[in-house]
Amino acid sequence: MKWTRKDVVGLADLSVEEIRHILDTADRFREINEREIKKVPTLRGKTVVNLFYEPSTRTRTSFEIAAKRLSADTVNFTASSSSVGKGETLLDTVKNIEAMRPAIIVIRHPNAGTPMLLSKRLHVGVINAGDGWHEHPSQALLDLQMIREAKGAFENLTVAIIGDITHSRVARSNIIGLTKLGAKVRICGPATMVPAPAAEWGVEVTHDLEHAIRGADVIMMLRLQLERQRQTLFPGVNGNTRGFTV
Amino acid sequence: MKTLIKGGHLVDPKAGIDDVRDLVIENGKVLGIEKPGAEYPADMNSIDAAGLLVLPGLVDVHVHLREPGFEHKETIATGCEAAVAGGFAAVCCMANTNPVNDTVAVTRFIIDKAKRANLAKVYPMGAVTLGLAGEILSEMGELKQAGCVAFTDDGRCVMDATIARNAMLYAKSFGVPIAAHAVCEKLAGDGAMHEGVQSMKLGVPGVPSAAEDVMVARDVVLAEHTGAHLHIQHVSTKGAVRLIRDAKSRGVRVTGEGAPHHFTLTDADVGDYDTNAKMAPPLRSAEDREAVIEGLADGTLDVIATDHAPHEALVKDCEFERAANGIIGLETALSLSWALVRQERLTRFRMVELMTWAPAALLSLPHGTLAPGSPSDVTIFDPEARWVFGPEHVKSLSKNSPFSDGN
Repeated sequence: MKWTRKDVVGLADLSVEEIRHILDTADRFREINEREIKKVPTLRGKTVVNLFYEPSTRTRTSFEIAAKRLSADTVNFTASSSSVGKGETLLDTVKNIEAMRPAIIVIRHPNAGTPMLLSKRLHVGVINAGDGWHEHPSQALLDLQMIREAKGAFENLTVAIIGDITHSRVARSNIIGLTKLGAKVRICGPATMVPAPAAEWGVEVTHDLEHAIRGADVIMMLRLQLERQRQTLFPGVNGNTRGFTV
Repeated sequence: MKTLIKGGHLVDPKAGIDDVRDLVIENGKVLGIEKPGAEYPADMNSIDAAGLLVLPGLVDVHVHLREPGFEHKETIATGCEAAVAGGFAAVCCMANTNPVNDTVAVTRFIIDKAKRANLAKVYPMGAVTLGLAGEILSEMGELKQAGCVAFTDDGRCVMDATIARNAMLYAKSFGVPIAAHAVCEKLAGDGAMHEGVQSMKLGVPGVPSAAEDVMVARDVVLAEHTGAHLHIQHVSTKGAVRLIRDAKSRGVRVTGEGAPHHFTLTDADVGDYDTNAKMAPPLRSAEDREAVIEGLADGTLDVIATDHAPHEALVKDCEFERAANGIIGLETALSLSWALVRQERLTRFRMVELMTWAPAALLSLPHGTLAPGSPSDVTIFDPEARWVFGPEHVKSLSKNSPFSDGN
């Protein structure tokens, strides 16, 4: 297929064909990581800016390594070492960066919808590396690739996602991606961490861990999003451990 | 000099008129309402209103004029221009200015500025508590004398039940209502839109309906115990409508207002993180919207009020969760309310009552009727006119409207 999108902001607006295309492409690139010289010229002469408004280790490193192995030049920008402290607005900052003609801006931001805002306002490609509680498409695509590798296909698979669903962008992106690809999804967590209308996603909702994992082909455990929970949602880590961990 | 407004369909709920009438005005007063066919001197200044609605100048008990302190969002002059453009003859401005309207000096400043603007009449609401901090009651007696017509900490909720109760008792002594922004700030938390399917899908922290219901329930209980007049501002939930309906049936002195955005839009209209669909309380579910419309129709809610809340582009053109709450409303309220008449959800008579006599009576303002002797503030409205509302129409200094073309 021909890739026509400027941005990747979430799995919600990717088609099944586009998701499969990304997974197929990733499969092909995977072999590069096994070579002695781990570099291809695909993105030579292009600049990728990693704009991270939240702490990140794995995602930022992954994006940077990926860009470098594709021969792009990378610039990393974190909120603590930027003009954010001077009170500059996000749009001012990104428009300044855009003026320096990068090819892609990878953004992580604590507020949901920020990558969509940038994608509409910038000519440069925008990739969402996690926005608030909303989506984390690169993580979900990685999870989908792992599942496909292990299980072959998504149809007739039952995937249990367990833990803090409400505050998890990884859960949201996975729920959207998995249901699109034909898997059955069960979600499980205490009612303080599962959105009340969760069934609207077309998933099975349970608060019973035993039930959630029975017959599941894949079990996905989410960590507690302590940094995103803004109120008392569970009695303590131990209580949560007893009810909702495997 | 007498002026004749001839042949219009005059709706004056206070006078019980909903029929074709001529209106004669002179020197800022209504002189008379005449049945069609009456004879007039040939040299009289005449306005042909055939096919048009002739209404008492509208009254809005909930606007933010932003002056003093936020003149980059709106001034009293521009706000009054917007009011008049929207058909409003009188507006009540909220106290969350800078400085807050908790002193006589600020009240006088507002009234003085409004007089100089000489457009819509402005009736300030004073703060319930100093600095809207929810701790120390304002000098309601002095403020009332200076011109405040009610008291509210709008924008904030008086969270402490003791202060809320004392405020009601104190206001009752002066015969003025407490207007409550009834939202439990703890339950609302960092919520940026209605908590429901849409917030779940967008990953935006939600404001549960319970945040409003809980506080309306508390305030209704306090009003029942104190006997004070409690006015609930911008009612947005099904639960709040039900609580007010129930309280009224028990004789509690509670009134409520519905905002055009709450009876027109739902949380689905947040769409792709549209900051012009962000306000407090938020756009709620379709069920809540229905409840607000039913409340307006059956008398549970007493008035339509805009909660006109101008904001400059800078605080709207940003991340959704960080965007300021509120939208402008004065210039779209009548058209949106008329839409409820077209949809046969409200009668024409009721809709006009909700925007004229009812709000005037709520705060004992000398407006809202065209009975002879009343101020000749007249709104003439073409119910068949089709137009597209866009930023070029806006008289308000700010353009933040979800109803604006191109938004």
